[in-house]
Amino acid sequence: MIGYWKKVYAKNDNVKAYTLLSPALILIILAMVVPMALMLSFSMFTQVNMMEIDYTFTFQRYIDFFQKNLLVTLLIKSIKISFLVTLITLITAYPVCYYIAFYVKKNKMLWLVLLTLPFWTSYLLRVFSWKIILGTKGVINSSLINAGILSEPLTFLMYSETAVVITLTHAWAAFALLPLYVSLEKIDFSFIEAGRDLGLSRFEVFWKITFPLSLPGVIGAILIIFIPTVGDYVTPALLGGTDGRMLSNMIQAYFGKINNIPLGAASATIMLTTVILITIIVSNVTKRLTQRLT
Amino acid sequence: MNEKNNTLLIYTLLYFVFLYVPVLFLPIFSFNDANYMSFPLAGFTTEHYEEMWSKRNLHKALWASIKVGVVASVISTTIALFAAKAFARYKFRGEKISYGGIMMPFLIPEIILAVAILIIWINLGFKLGLVPVTIGHTLFCTPFAMLILIARIEGFDFSLEEASRDLGENAWGTFFRVSFPLYLPGIVAALLLSFIISFDEFILAFFLTGSDATLPMYMWGQMRFVQKLPHVLALGAVIIVFTTFIVLLAFWLRNVGQGKAKKDIALKL
Repeated sequence: MIGYWKKVYAKNDNVKAYTLLSPALILIILAMVVPMALMLSFSMFTQVNMMEIDYTFTFQRYIDFFQKNLLVTLLIKSIKISFLVTLITLITAYPVCYYIAFYVKKNKMLWLVLLTLPFWTSYLLRVFSWKIILGTKGVINSSLINAGILSEPLTFLMYSETAVVITLTHAWAAFALLPLYVSLEKIDFSFIEAGRDLGLSRFEVFWKITFPLSLPGVIGAILIIFIPTVGDYVTPALLGGTDGRMLSNMIQAYFGKINNIPLGAASATIMLTTVILITIIVSNVTKRLTQRLT
Repeated sequence: MNEKNNTLLIYTLLYFVFLYVPVLFLPIFSFNDANYMSFPLAGFTTEHYEEMWSKRNLHKALWASIKVGVVASVISTTIALFAAKAFARYKFRGEKISYGGIMMPFLIPEIILAVAILIIWINLGFKLGLVPVTIGHTLFCTPFAMLILIARIEGFDFSLEEASRDLGENAWGTFFRVSFPLYLPGIVAALLLSFIISFDEFILAFFLTGSDATLPMYMWGQMRFVQKLPHVLALGAVIIVFTTFIVLLAFWLRNVGQGKAKKDIALKL
């Protein structure tokens, strides 16, 4: 019997691969798939009172979600903030990657390491440092007041959507820089030279050659920034105030002081579904765009 | 390209300023002799650093974070090593789906992972604490560790392993005497970066720690009180220096010895 299995093992790459993968797959199933399935079923229960949950299946929590203006508004706001953050991060990071990929000749890796280094310092601390900068007694306001430019602190800087967008743009920069750089670095420079030789202007070369070829990196960056930021909790909690609140803050409240686990689970499920839908749309649209452009 | 582009260079340098300046404010204000973080600076003091020695809750939280970080990084790097080997070495059915599945925790909003683990943990009747946090961190660190290890293993010449087998070494011998030494820099890099990710992680800890605060949870608790902020700044500055050191070490390890180690092994064989 053992001999038989040894033979199967030695011959079959599938068996070998899945033997090696089994610890990772077991971890994913036990710590992610099963808990998420349970979360899904809890979204169909009812919280009777602080302690009790009624386990009969109902879709009422999803109806509740869409009937509560606050929750729908927060969902839309979360998507809007993530969309803005993704867009701004991409636009601001692209020229940097372009410069390093095409103009830097020595020590490209060093540039890249330096660009991603701040990302490794604690997320909480990076968000916190923006609080120091944007606060009513923070760096910007105190400097402007001391310089005599302002008499009152700028209040829109702190506890607002603007604060959340600025902070998230800073926090997620590394996730745009890496995929963009990788895709730009791969571009064969002779394509660009060919374009120039054929008399295209710099602008045309960029739009018709460089940009389409860098699209895989753009898509990667979009997904890797957009998806996690939709569910961000720390930044809106520290800097958002009431204006910059996002859906996560409400989900936390349902599991905390409001104690409505089914509605919290339903909100989390709706967030996840939205994220998956947007991912599918983005990758399909960009796939078509890539086909058309290249 | 042989030309220069000064506009882009200036832009890139400004972008560096944007990335670095916010982080540098923490160490700057940690030496400032005032409770408010505003300019002009009031005076130089190391008082906030001294204050850290007397905070017992801080020491407890630090110890909790170290325990969670060590356990989570060792388990996730071990799991990731096997998985990375499978992806780098074999072509197999369901490769893409397995890869996507293992990368999922890295993509899904963390709050969803936290909520899901919270629900199952409570309903199994367990108490919240460092154990569920460690499970969550292991789940979250595994994709990171796997990415680093795949990059290391992909450049690996598998004929070295075959040669070792042909020369009569068994599977374990081959692993410990040939593969492991070659993977080692990658493994250490994965361990270090996983540790840092776990050490800094907030959301999973926030939902799952209960009363055993980790270091980020401790800082979160202190951030609400203005008079307690200065020692959080000092703590933050220490963490930044520590993290930077570990990450640079990991980056260096990841790139070092890729060519040289191979030669060594080839010579030994």
